[in-house]
Amino acid sequence: MSSSAKLTLALPSKGRLREAAEGMFARAGFEIVKTGSARGYQGEVKGINGLDVAFLSASEIAKSLKDGTVDLGVTGEDLLRETISPDDPVADVVLRLGFGPADVVVAVPECWLDVATIADLDQVAGEIYATHGHRLRVATKYLELTRRFFAGHGLTGYRIVESLGATEGAPAAGSAEIIVDITTTGSTLKANQLKVLEDGLILRSEAVLAGRKNVMKKPLVSTLRERLELAI
Amino acid sequence: MPGKSSQQRRALDALNAAMVPAFEAAGAEFIDPDVIQPADLFLERSGEHIRARTYLFTSPDGEELCLRPDLTVPTCRYHLEHASDAGAPARYCYAGKAFRHTPVSGQAVPVRELDQVGLEIFGAGDTARDDAEVLALTLAALKAAGVGGYRIQIGDLGLFDALLQSIDMPERWRNRLKRQFWRPRAFRDLLNQLAGGKPRSRSAISQLLDDMQASSLDPVTYVEKHLDELDLQMVAGRSVEQVASRLAEKLNDRSEPPLSEQQVGLINDYLAIRGEPGKALGELRALAEKTGKTFADAVDLFHARLGEMQDASIDTAATEFAAVFGRSLEYYTGFVFQIDRERADGALDNIAGGGRYDTMLADIGAGRQIPAVGLAIQASRLLEVES
Repeated sequence: MSSSAKLTLALPSKGRLREAAEGMFARAGFEIVKTGSARGYQGEVKGINGLDVAFLSASEIAKSLKDGTVDLGVTGEDLLRETISPDDPVADVVLRLGFGPADVVVAVPECWLDVATIADLDQVAGEIYATHGHRLRVATKYLELTRRFFAGHGLTGYRIVESLGATEGAPAAGSAEIIVDITTTGSTLKANQLKVLEDGLILRSEAVLAGRKNVMKKPLVSTLRERLELAI
Repeated sequence: MPGKSSQQRRALDALNAAMVPAFEAAGAEFIDPDVIQPADLFLERSGEHIRARTYLFTSPDGEELCLRPDLTVPTCRYHLEHASDAGAPARYCYAGKAFRHTPVSGQAVPVRELDQVGLEIFGAGDTARDDAEVLALTLAALKAAGVGGYRIQIGDLGLFDALLQSIDMPERWRNRLKRQFWRPRAFRDLLNQLAGGKPRSRSAISQLLDDMQASSLDPVTYVEKHLDELDLQMVAGRSVEQVASRLAEKLNDRSEPPLSEQQVGLINDYLAIRGEPGKALGELRALAEKTGKTFADAVDLFHARLGEMQDASIDTAATEFAAVFGRSLEYYTGFVFQIDRERADGALDNIAGGGRYDTMLADIGAGRQIPAVGLAIQASRLLEVES
């Protein structure tokens, strides 16, 4: 890629994340205009040369940053870290944007009165294996975050059951014993009779502007960072 | 690496042709276990850290399958399906691919396929002799392949279990220490906690325990009443009795005398043993003087194995024993070994390893415990080193 090549910034194509991101760009004085057909997924930022905009779903943005089809992107830190581990040099956070807060947590059934910590969970995992002959099952869409977190805590006796929606219902439905999911107020967990482990906070996530390592030092990225910082 | 060239293929064939006869001469049947295996077996046996590296897929009729991440479990399955008496002595060897997703830094495509050659010995035999023979056969195969210049590490996970058994403490503490053995930092913290070295931190459960202690109810009744008050149903694979029994254990822990300085000393002294096996034996014997018979028996087995290794012409003085060795190898239960070769850049390449895994066959459906000990040689690495 030559130094004059255009950079691509990916923005969320729908939902609250999109509204919040566009609002922040507007406050920072960046007007985002769509180009091409009316329902197109491409655009540009008025007043900045050399920056294309691609509208993608938040989870696609993290994947595109990883494979290099975009250079910059606004997405949730949870999705970024699920796709790109913190020690992977390919991409990193440019700026934390202060909206879209969500905690990724380990939650267990409230009726497990004897479980408050990962250490308790480790023992219960052994108990479940001894009783049922299967591993403690963890329902989640965050496969990598879960593996990294549990590996860091030395918990090995579990198995992930991939969940693509309504994860919090898995324990009651019997498809898993515990979950790893995002929570903002905790009310969904409470409604499903789940509680967060005391040391079960995996990630305090919010929306971030992330970039590929090879574009971090470009003047255009500094401009974006400085002006967005004032709009937080 | 997109495939092997004709030359690489011939090199691998030649390597296998050199090594396999050493195993067949020892009475092993040369088998070809299935590449495609039921996923459950590996996932339940190994946990999520293996799953993260295993290639999983669904068969057209919906069965969850995987490409074998090792050949030990497939060989165990072969044995259980073919042997008329699973407990009768049997020996198998194999040469084939294992499939593990192994990202390499600076390389776009991960390593996925590993060529392995190995041997497994099942059924009751002479434990010490079988252990020693597996190491001797590994060295014989490496020699037949023209490989030298390696270093050998040995360990014995049975010693640690026996040591804990010889030290007076609640069984649940032993189980916790055993579970944490694989994780040095967590182990040190736990040991410190059991020795009363740091006050137990209060958790959300502490208040509950206070209340339970203050009430005169038995644990099960207390838990039932408490769940009722909170309008909670018991879900998720656990019973009221199990929850109550863990709470009762936690209450007991409060009044349990901590491990004494001397007891902690025994554990730490053991973990510090490292060096030439003959010297290590002396230190183990000295430790056994201070502990019970269980540990002394385990040291006797270590001694007998050392003798068998020398009888098999293994230069034991050139091997290194470490009490903590084997910490990263979760499914082994007794003797463990690892053979590494130094690369030109000084980094160590693991070229072979193995050990005893007496609980595996029972775990995958034998219905009873059947002794097992085996070895695996990383043929791909031998070829890399040569090229």
